[in-house]
Amino acid sequence: MEYVDLFIKAAFVENMVLAYFLGMCSYLAVSKTVKTAFGLGLAVIFVLGITMPINWVISEYLLSESRGFGALIGADLTFLRFILFIGVIASMVQLVEMIIEKNSPALYNSLGIFLPLITVNCAILGGSLFMVAREYDFGQSVVFGLGSGVGWFLAIIAIAAIREKIKYSNVPPALRGLGMAFILTGLMGIAFMSLMGIDAGQLMGIK
Amino acid sequence: MSDNKFLNFLERIEPDKEKSPLMHAVFDGFFTFLYAPNHTTKGGVHIRDGMDLKRTMIMVVLAMQFCYLLGTWNIGHQHFVALGQHAGYLDAFHLKVVHGLIKLLPLFIVANVVGLGIEFWYAAKRGHGIEEGFLVSGALIPLIMPPDLPLWMLAVAVVFAVVIGKEAFGGTGMNIFNIALLARVFIFFAYPTEISGDEVWVSGIVKGANNDFFGQTYGMFHGMADWLFGLFGFSTFGAGGQAVADGFSGATPMAIAAKDGWDAVLVDYTTLQLWWGAIPGSIGETCKPLIIVGALFLVFTGIGNWRIMLSMLLGAAITAWLFNLWGATPFMEVPWIYQFYLGSFFFAMAFMATDPVTACATETGKWIYGFMIGMVGMIVRVTNPAYPEGWMLAILFMNAFAPLIDHYVVESNMGRRAKRAEEALERRGFAAKEVEVVEETVAH
Repeated sequence: MEYVDLFIKAAFVENMVLAYFLGMCSYLAVSKTVKTAFGLGLAVIFVLGITMPINWVISEYLLSESRGFGALIGADLTFLRFILFIGVIASMVQLVEMIIEKNSPALYNSLGIFLPLITVNCAILGGSLFMVAREYDFGQSVVFGLGSGVGWFLAIIAIAAIREKIKYSNVPPALRGLGMAFILTGLMGIAFMSLMGIDAGQLMGIK
Repeated sequence: MSDNKFLNFLERIEPDKEKSPLMHAVFDGFFTFLYAPNHTTKGGVHIRDGMDLKRTMIMVVLAMQFCYLLGTWNIGHQHFVALGQHAGYLDAFHLKVVHGLIKLLPLFIVANVVGLGIEFWYAAKRGHGIEEGFLVSGALIPLIMPPDLPLWMLAVAVVFAVVIGKEAFGGTGMNIFNIALLARVFIFFAYPTEISGDEVWVSGIVKGANNDFFGQTYGMFHGMADWLFGLFGFSTFGAGGQAVADGFSGATPMAIAAKDGWDAVLVDYTTLQLWWGAIPGSIGETCKPLIIVGALFLVFTGIGNWRIMLSMLLGAAITAWLFNLWGATPFMEVPWIYQFYLGSFFFAMAFMATDPVTACATETGKWIYGFMIGMVGMIVRVTNPAYPEGWMLAILFMNAFAPLIDHYVVESNMGRRAKRAEEALERRGFAAKEVEVVEETVAH
C-alpha cells in the first residue's frame, strides 16, 4: 500500500513536469508528434526506473560514511554524488540508445540528438536527488523512479497530442511552435493542480 | 437590394472593411445577430454540418435561462434567510428578485463587456468576422461565480481566459481548455479568499470587527427599489445593516458534508431543498431539476452530447459507490446517490463537459472522456482536502487529455481497418509481399 501511495504521488500529485517543471528541455523539444513523444517517454521511464536504484546503492554503500566503502575508509564521500549520479545516468542512456538503434531505427532517427540529451534531462538527476533528500529505501526508490517516469510520459504524450491538434489552428504567428508549448504547459499545470494536496497515504491509514 | 427597407438602410450604413476594420467587425457582428446570413459557418473544429454557429450558441444560452431565473431568486432568498427575514420561499418575492438582479446584472454586464470587447478588438486586428464563441462563455461565467465577487476580479479573469485561453489558440473553436472554467480557475488560484471558504456564498453579508456577521448597508439601487415598492405599499429593504440570524455560518451543504458527513447536512437542510436548490452556492449551480431540463433541451436539439453526460454520470456514481465501500472519512460515507444532491455536478455535466470544442471528437473517445471526468471529479471532491468541489478542475484535467484520447481512438480504428484489409486480401490469395505494399498504402 505504501508503494501504491508513493507511485500515485510521484506520477500524478507531484508530477515531474507539471508540478516541479523539471525535464522541460526534451519535453518542449520532442513533443511535436505523439509517436516520437511516446518513444521518448518510454525511454525516460526506463532510465528513471533503472538509474534510481543504482544511484541508491551508490549513495548508500559507496558514498555515505555510515556503511559500505565509505565506512571502510572512514570518509564522507557525498561530495562525489553529482558526478557519480551523472555518470550512471549517462551510461544508462547510452544503453537505451543502443537498444533503440538496434530495434527501432526509425524512432532512433526521429529522436535524433534528444535521445543522448536525456542524460541532462533534469527530471532524471532531480529524481535521484529527491531520493537522497527524502531518504527513500531501495524499494521506494524503484517505485519513485517508475512513478516519476510514468508521470513524465503522460505529460509528454498529452502535450504532443494537443500540439498535433493545434497544428491546424489559426495561432498568431508570433506564438507558433515553442510559444504555444509554453502556454500549454502552464495551462496543463493548472489542470494538474486539481490533484495537488490529495494524500492517498493518509486515506489508506498508513500515516 | 431587397424589399425590406430596414435591410436596405443597414446595407447602406455598412462601414467599409478596409477603412475601419473595427467598425466593420462590430457592424457585421450585430447584423448577423439580427439576420441569418446566407452562408453557413466554415472551418473550426466543432461544426460538422451546415448549421450556423451563432444559432448553436444561442441554443446553449437558451438552455441555461432557467438557471438564471432561479439563480436570481436564490441570491435574494439566501440573503434574507441569512438575516433571518422572509424565510418562506415566496415571502417578499419582489425584494428577493430585486436583490438578485442588483447582484447578478453587474457580473453579467462586466463579463460580457470585457469578453466581447476583446473579441471585437481581435476580430478587427486579425481581419476576421466577430466570432460568436463568447456568447456562451459570457452567459456561463456569471453563473459559476459567487454573488459578491468584486467586479474587477471578474474582469481580470475574463481577460486571462479569453486572451490566453482562446485568442492565443486562434479564436473560437480552436481552444483546448474551456474558457468559462479558465476564468473561474484563475480567480480560484489567484484570489482564493473570494471564491472559496464559507463566507462568500451568501450575498450582502459583511464581516464585522469582532468576526461577527451583519447585513450590508443597502445602496442606491436598493433605495430606488424601495421608493418604487413604497408607492404600492409593498414591503421594502430599509436601511440594511441588521444582525444575522443565530447560527449563521454561510457554509454550503457541500462544506458541511466534507467536514461532518451526510447526517450533519440533514440537520440544516432537507433533501428536497438540496434538490430544488434553495441553498447557498455559485449562482447557477444550485437547482438540479431545472439544469436537467436544460440538459435534456441540449440533448434533443442535438447540441449537447448525451454520451458524455451519461458516461460522466456513470463515472461519478461508480466512484462515489466505491468510496461508500471504502468509507475512510465522513465524506466518503455520504450515500452515493446524495453526492449528486451536493455541489455543482449537474451544472458541470450539462454545460461544461459537453462543450464540443474541448471535449473528445470521436464517439468512443466521448465515453472515455465523460467517464474519466466523473471519476476524477469525484476523487478530487472527496479526497482532496484543499478543494471543496472537483468538477471544474476535473474537466480542465480531462481537457488536457482529450486530444490524446482522440489520437488513440483514431489510431486503433486505422489499425483495425488495415487488419481487415489485410485479411480480405489474404482470402483472395494475394502473395505476402503484395499485402505488405497494400499495408503501407493503408497506413499512410
